[in-house]
Amino acid sequence: MWRVLALLAALTLIIAACEVEDEDPIADPEEDDVAEDDIDEDPDPDDDVADDEIDPEDPDTIPDEAVEIFSWWTGAGEEAGLLALIDMFEEEHPEYEVVNSAVAGGAGTDAQAVLTSRMQAGDPPGTFQIHAGRALLDQWVEADAMQPLNFLYDEEDWWDVFPDELLDMTTDEDGNIYSVPVNVHRSNVMWTNPDVFEDAGVEVPTTIDEFVEAAEAIEEAGYTPLALGDNETWTLVHTWEGVLAATAGPELYEDLFAGEADWTSDEVVESFEVLDQMFDYVNDDHAARNWQEAAQLVGEGEAAMHIMGDWAGGYFWVDLDLELEEDFGWAPTPGSDGQFITVVDTFGLPEGAPNEEGTTDWLRILGSQEGQDTFNPLKGSIPARLDADETEYNEYGQETMADFESDTLIPSLAHNSAAPPDFTEEAQGVLEVFMSERDVERAVEDLEQAADSFLR
Amino acid sequence: MTATTPKSGSQEAGQPPPAPQRAKRGRGDRIVTLLMIAPSVIAIAVFVYGFIAWTGYVSVSNWTSFVPDLSFGGLDSYRWMLTDFRYLSGLRNVIVFTIVFVGASLVMGLAIAIALDRSPRLSAVWRTVFLFPLAISFVVTGVVWQWLLNPSAGVNIPLANMGLDELPLWYVSTTIVPGVSWGRVEMVVPVALLAVVIAAVWQLSGFAMAIYLAGLQGVSDDLREAARVDGASELQLYRRVILPMLKPMTITIIIVLGHMALKTFDLIYTMTGPGTGYVTDVPAVYMYESTFRANQFARGAAISISLLVLMLALMGPAIRARRKVEEETAQ
Repeated sequence: MWRVLALLAALTLIIAACEVEDEDPIADPEEDDVAEDDIDEDPDPDDDVADDEIDPEDPDTIPDEAVEIFSWWTGAGEEAGLLALIDMFEEEHPEYEVVNSAVAGGAGTDAQAVLTSRMQAGDPPGTFQIHAGRALLDQWVEADAMQPLNFLYDEEDWWDVFPDELLDMTTDEDGNIYSVPVNVHRSNVMWTNPDVFEDAGVEVPTTIDEFVEAAEAIEEAGYTPLALGDNETWTLVHTWEGVLAATAGPELYEDLFAGEADWTSDEVVESFEVLDQMFDYVNDDHAARNWQEAAQLVGEGEAAMHIMGDWAGGYFWVDLDLELEEDFGWAPTPGSDGQFITVVDTFGLPEGAPNEEGTTDWLRILGSQEGQDTFNPLKGSIPARLDADETEYNEYGQETMADFESDTLIPSLAHNSAAPPDFTEEAQGVLEVFMSERDVERAVEDLEQAADSFLR
Repeated sequence: MTATTPKSGSQEAGQPPPAPQRAKRGRGDRIVTLLMIAPSVIAIAVFVYGFIAWTGYVSVSNWTSFVPDLSFGGLDSYRWMLTDFRYLSGLRNVIVFTIVFVGASLVMGLAIAIALDRSPRLSAVWRTVFLFPLAISFVVTGVVWQWLLNPSAGVNIPLANMGLDELPLWYVSTTIVPGVSWGRVEMVVPVALLAVVIAAVWQLSGFAMAIYLAGLQGVSDDLREAARVDGASELQLYRRVILPMLKPMTITIIIVLGHMALKTFDLIYTMTGPGTGYVTDVPAVYMYESTFRANQFARGAAISISLLVLMLALMGPAIRARRKVEEETAQ
């Protein structure tokens, strides 16, 4: 018996020795670079020593008086926007120390996990990025983890500068508002390469039928019709939600996520049938690419179309240095014209946030016209405020701002606004499986079952 | 296990075997021993067994949102798990991965160890070369092999230059061979998983090599000489004399690599993700995503417990086999 125990002990040692190298699986190598950039820019040269010890991955090293900003803005355009905002904040409030805790990962899926574990541990960041809608209300507000911000809206006179639909997405039944919207992204955008379309001799499709015709012609001309990068599964949900908006229309779309409509209805079935057709035209290596790498196919003229939110626009003109209209074009996801699927980044004030006063001052900057006009042109999004300065934005931004005012606004599923996280996760699974099985009936049945468990 | 006499009642009846002063020292020793191990016993009790119990409890609770709900929910999570397509796919993958990966590491490790044992030139350098990947984190391995086995980059570029038309899709492939359906889950081996096996073998076959090399060097030259004098060919020498002596090493390698394979998270997470149709998903990744992304804490806990059971199923027989070998060699 003792021999067995001794062996076990020895084994544990070996195992421990073998595993020292394993890193924190959540951590992404990019994370450190981003975070360190800011710490270096700290205005207070006196406590250099202390700054060196701040590790945004380890909440214990962040001083209590610091204003910690938690986000997943690590991509080129968005990081530039965030850093510009932080510069602005530090200029106006040199008395605060700012810690930029950005966790890399598209659509914030990794950041979400880090945030959950920190909130569970009772160690909230000063403020964190959260999409308006169910992500905010069903998770944090329902868990009483957020402080109402009505006072801030009163003080800053914000009630009329944001569209009502947006404010509704951050307000609970009692009329308490919980976060400040910074920017608006449109999810249902299709990016196109004009040269490829010209070469194939077709027009950019506006309906689903036109899409299939155009895709045929583009394939014949020797290009990939639709670029897809589903290495991160949310991009599948993203592609599908635009199609669903097209086949279902805004009312049914909202009812579905409210748990009031049948997921096996014809419109949902049709959305999967369309998706099935679309997937016939994608690049072979889609599962190895992320959305940036898929967007590159369009930028480099290998593919004709790519369905992605308008952060891809920022990627085109900031990262790839492409010219609007000349090198790339845009259109609503086929069939979804007149609908605007919103992805709204907001920041709130968690209960028990360290340095509440500093965080509130940060929120003031975020909600200000100047702040929004600093951040959004860099990020490639449009401001959430209606009174922003149009001249700061490029043609895409101006056109989208006009659509934002005239279109029907609906929330995005892929970005956690339309449904609680458990349903979204389930939908990701359904699409991941649909991608290989291509079984429409099974997909809608699985969604109906998930709706039963999580939406009703 | 120990060589105590099976005669009943012999202790009381006859000689008290330990001398009196030895017994006294034994008692003092025992107190010191207890004091020495107490901190780690307490730490293990709390942080290992305590948390296993806690995870077990969470798995039968109703905790399905950010707000903890610890009321008893019965076996719902387990019932869900056993019908869930993703879980069953992950289970298939992790079992296939463990078998193929450990098997390939054993073969590779043994081959390299035998080659190095024959003392080629620069054998010390080669040993380091093969051991070196062990020092790299799985995260790095995952990222590097993601590029190497990317269907439109990495090793496919020279393959394409060689004029190959049908380039392998590596971890992007959704093919499952032979493709028999078991319920909804296709069996048995997803081709995509083999790409992950290549990366894992690259990293860990050096471990198998090191253990085997130590074993080979423990085989005395006299024994080899004797076998040769008896007219054994080189092949027979390895098959009949040396390989049987390496059995304890084989079991050690199976235990260490097997448990690492079952727990695989970082390699999959950085290299492939769950994959289209879950061809490269494993329960550890599913556990992480259902717990921290979907806030389904009860389900996550149930998956964790199932991993623990899987681990025990591997470790139990392996440790028993190891004990048997030890007893054989002791005789």
